[in-house]
Amino acid sequence: MPGITPSQTVGPFFAYGLTPNGKYQWNDAFTSSLVKPETSGDRIRVEGFVYDGDGVPVPDSMLEIWQADAQGRFADAQDKRALPNTAFKGFGRCGTGPKGEFSFDTIKPGSVQHPDGTPQAPHILMAIFSRGMLLQNYTRIYFDDEAANAADPVLALVPADRRGTLIARRAQGTNGLVYRFDIRLQGEDETVFFDV
Amino acid sequence: MPLSYPIESNAAHPARLSPGYRSTLKRSPQKPLIIMRHTLSELTGPVYGHETVRANDHDLTIQHASEPLGERIIVHGHVQDEDGHGVPNALVELWQANACGRYIHVVDQHPAPLDPNFTGAGRAQTDSSGYYKFITIKPGAYPWGNHHNAWRPAHIHFSVFGHAFISRLVTQMYFPGDPLFPFDPVFNSVTDEKARARMISDFDLDHTQPNWALCYRFNIVLRGRKATPMET
Repeated sequence: MPGITPSQTVGPFFAYGLTPNGKYQWNDAFTSSLVKPETSGDRIRVEGFVYDGDGVPVPDSMLEIWQADAQGRFADAQDKRALPNTAFKGFGRCGTGPKGEFSFDTIKPGSVQHPDGTPQAPHILMAIFSRGMLLQNYTRIYFDDEAANAADPVLALVPADRRGTLIARRAQGTNGLVYRFDIRLQGEDETVFFDV
Repeated sequence: MPLSYPIESNAAHPARLSPGYRSTLKRSPQKPLIIMRHTLSELTGPVYGHETVRANDHDLTIQHASEPLGERIIVHGHVQDEDGHGVPNALVELWQANACGRYIHVVDQHPAPLDPNFTGAGRAQTDSSGYYKFITIKPGAYPWGNHHNAWRPAHIHFSVFGHAFISRLVTQMYFPGDPLFPFDPVFNSVTDEKARARMISDFDLDHTQPNWALCYRFNIVLRGRKATPMET
């Protein structure tokens, strides 16, 4: 039985390969926009900053998100409940800017059932890669205007005083509905990461 | 049917805090990670169409007006899961320094020449058996600021998508017999010798093309074991 291939850091120089964004002679496989004109659901922007253990912005991290569509279905044949939804693939990628900033344009996901049969509150999965990170961190983005958070079985696993790090705060941006979600890799207000 | 993902598989990975690699000191978590049961969110993952990978994206030697300088090589292998099953249609992204050990990235200040005929990025999708193939040039070793006289062994960065968001892997492929191995804290952040060896490609004489290019085989093993009915 072979073991898995170990992870190594994405390093400081991934941008030209993974997030070229018009700055290099290479095309983007993915962008930070998950929506097309025909995508159904409420448009939202999730934005924030990534900070290290000293509170210093992290300008060389890569964030990836994975989420259900507005009906709570994943664009993956392994989700047997899903009807084909060509208008929403549910995956996005964004490299942080000089101030550690990032943003994703997406839709508010629907509820996905937990294996125990209870509904999960709407959430987005996020993987964080960076120089100085030998393995990606996984976190979840919840929304502060969802009453369902109170009964979410995953949030319930998190100590109450740390739950707030997983909850994006609603704000009104210049171009519509914005949720603010900052990531702190280390320290007093360290973002909750999951061992998955 | 989806796979299950035993958490024990993660033991092969480096510790997030590996003090020999200094940048981990301020970027690794200090609070306990939360253990949770996987849900559909963790067990599913993105699916790609052919629009993501274009016909010649796997050949890094034909992206510019002329061929890049350096030693032309073939890098190929299978993306598999832990049970040895090939992972079909997996997206494999690759990026690397040029033959002189210089990245095209604007932040790389290593005083070695850039090659106008080499970007260093490629993409491939595995076939129905999990097989992928790249044509590129062998990257050079390069210095970095981690400690006195620190040099990275020659390596190629790989990014791979498996069946699920949690089987996502970013790693580095090394070349056999590199004298820098004992001194590299990134390579040695993987503490198990057998696991470290899985990051080293094998020289592949059988697929070396006479009078054209040496070949290296790099099989990539992703998490995932025991197909089980999905609970929904």
